[in-house]
Amino acid sequence: MPSFPEAAKSATGDSQLRHNLRKATHTIRAKRDGAVGELDDWSQLRAAGAAIKDRTLRHLDTYLERLEDAVTAAGGRVHWAADAAEANDIVTGLVRATGESDVVKVKSMATQEIELNEALAQAGITAYETDLAELIVQLSDDLPSHILVPAIHRNRAEIREIFRDQMAAWGVPAPERLSDDPRALAEAARVHLRERFMRTKVAVSGANFAVADSGTMVVLESEGNGRMCLTLPQTLISVVGIEKIVPSWSDLEVFLQLLPRSSTGERMNPYTSTWTGVTPGDGPQEFHLVLLDNGRSDVLADTVGRQALRCIRCSACLNICPVYERTGGHAYGSVYPGPIGAILTPQLQGTASEPEASLPYASSLCGACYEVCPVAIDIPEVLVHLREEVAGGSGHTAEKAAMGAAGWVFGGERRLGAAQRAASAARSLVPRRMPGPASAWTDTRDIPDIPEESFRSWWRREGAAEEAPEPGRAPGDGDEQEGGRR
Amino acid sequence: MRIALFVTCVNDTLYPGTGRAVVRLLRRLGHDVVFPESQTCCGQMHYNTGYRREAQKLAVRFVETFADADAVLAPSGSCAAMVRDNYPRLGEPGSRLDRAVSELAPRVYDLSELLVDVLGVTDVGAYFPHTVAYHPTCHGLRLLKLGDRPYRLLRNVAGIDLRELEGAAECCGFGGTFAVKNADVSAAMGADKARNAAATGAEVLCAVDNSCLMHIGGTLERQRAGMKTLHLAEILASTEQEPARV
Repeated sequence: MPSFPEAAKSATGDSQLRHNLRKATHTIRAKRDGAVGELDDWSQLRAAGAAIKDRTLRHLDTYLERLEDAVTAAGGRVHWAADAAEANDIVTGLVRATGESDVVKVKSMATQEIELNEALAQAGITAYETDLAELIVQLSDDLPSHILVPAIHRNRAEIREIFRDQMAAWGVPAPERLSDDPRALAEAARVHLRERFMRTKVAVSGANFAVADSGTMVVLESEGNGRMCLTLPQTLISVVGIEKIVPSWSDLEVFLQLLPRSSTGERMNPYTSTWTGVTPGDGPQEFHLVLLDNGRSDVLADTVGRQALRCIRCSACLNICPVYERTGGHAYGSVYPGPIGAILTPQLQGTASEPEASLPYASSLCGACYEVCPVAIDIPEVLVHLREEVAGGSGHTAEKAAMGAAGWVFGGERRLGAAQRAASAARSLVPRRMPGPASAWTDTRDIPDIPEESFRSWWRREGAAEEAPEPGRAPGDGDEQEGGRR
Repeated sequence: MRIALFVTCVNDTLYPGTGRAVVRLLRRLGHDVVFPESQTCCGQMHYNTGYRREAQKLAVRFVETFADADAVLAPSGSCAAMVRDNYPRLGEPGSRLDRAVSELAPRVYDLSELLVDVLGVTDVGAYFPHTVAYHPTCHGLRLLKLGDRPYRLLRNVAGIDLRELEGAAECCGFGGTFAVKNADVSAAMGADKARNAAATGAEVLCAVDNSCLMHIGGTLERQRAGMKTLHLAEILASTEQEPARV
């Protein structure tokens, strides 16, 4: 896996990708702006969302036990998974016990995080993605590029090619002479998936929220394909991160407003499905909840970084991020791309290896992500916090030396003055193209001319000698006393 | 009013004209300007790159240098934001640094805040007969929340022709060491910002942060776009008798 700057290099050079990303992110951005702007209590809602999440995380142990009790009482079974391997073993075992070799899947970040599809494939079980964008990604043997719009990097012409070339190998083939009209593409997917829904007896999902009081799981989606998976099969297995809990049903009121407006710019979510245990004769007759830790407890232990666990996976930070807009999700080398991925992935996986260590730097700290985050995760704060962790590690020796040297120069005004005089004396010698790390600057930008004299040198010579004029003079009245230009 | 100037290391070393313009402007408005010479750098580069201890030392130097000031002017949005938003995270709660920061930080201002909020002036009597586009900068926009203050100041400049900048709220891609660590993304962002700036047809791109202007201006120059960059202070200091050079 390449580091972020390496992966970004090819992405920024891909003009088709840049065009697709720009168009998609700007469209969703504008829609979100409109939907959020309609609510005059948005800032209170946002604060409420953050507060509910924080309170829940502070007492996570209590709420998890409450959830387990409620799910069990409703006829479900709860399994605890400390890491990806354990979660995959649990799910594989549960599917095997049904005797089935196919499962349909509701789009889920948690199962992507643990690479469940790959684990199931190794056990001879085929997982079929049923979210339209996930289907596109799966058919093209690609990786998702966005949390909410996994195929954001594809345009409709590319999607037509994928459907035409790959659908037959996975089930019902695409119609002959398939056009790239969005309606035709959606219809092809509908026919392909419908057959799959009717035939498959096991479903795997995640959940956007898990209500501790009632043991209810909640999934928000736009297509209704998720609801097909959640209601038609005999067995339902939900893999849910332990941070997805909300204490009570009434807390959903806040998040069902925050999430759709932030993610798709809609006032209300098109399909909101809830399920609580099992009900004889209605829906899945067997329900398993796999509660996934996979590093989350470690994140919770970090007082600055833990706010990342508030995330409700809305993608607003991806859609606003100028870095994401120019690289797409693949450059992040993680199932969680964009600003939230840049803080979540290094926390869940550690910063020991280069790809993860490069992620906290994949931001200009412009702050747009924090501004749009519906649960007020201060992503720039966590990025800087993680940079401290990386910079404190063993690498970055040249940078440490440079930062140390700069710190020494700035450690005294005389040192700074001397450095400035040296720079001014050498001003005619500065080449237009710099060697080494500075070449990154001069490849695309001119460096500024070094002035003859620093400000502090001018101040000593002339600035301090100036007297202020009598107070009370009207603005614009001459400026014969202007410093340094007499 | 006696105003302490924190000129910032970038302005001090590379853009002394901005510091001189601030002095000229404030004196024209009838105020005293002092320049405490023990000042060096706010530590933003160290802080943002993950070198907290170095940033802490510079924060200590800053609060000691400016402890007695009635008002501190930092003609750089990101440096003002460093002091106001990030210094409070640098000292342990209750520490000497923490107490000094909470005492001083509210008196640290960006130029547009000092003029509009503290000195109560939006017409500074400037004359600048050129077309200008204003780039709000991320820290000015989102950390300091400068809002329309710079625009109000610019609109009152005699002779000015203000143009609207498309995608004004988007980051230019400088981001301190980001420009070197993620050079390709930074350049791509800079190119888009430079294109939007040039598309305004204005002669000058104005901002409250010379670091952003260095990045955008360097890109514009490499592209031979024929557009200049100027700090807000230089436009506001410009008069008929002593016009800013464009």
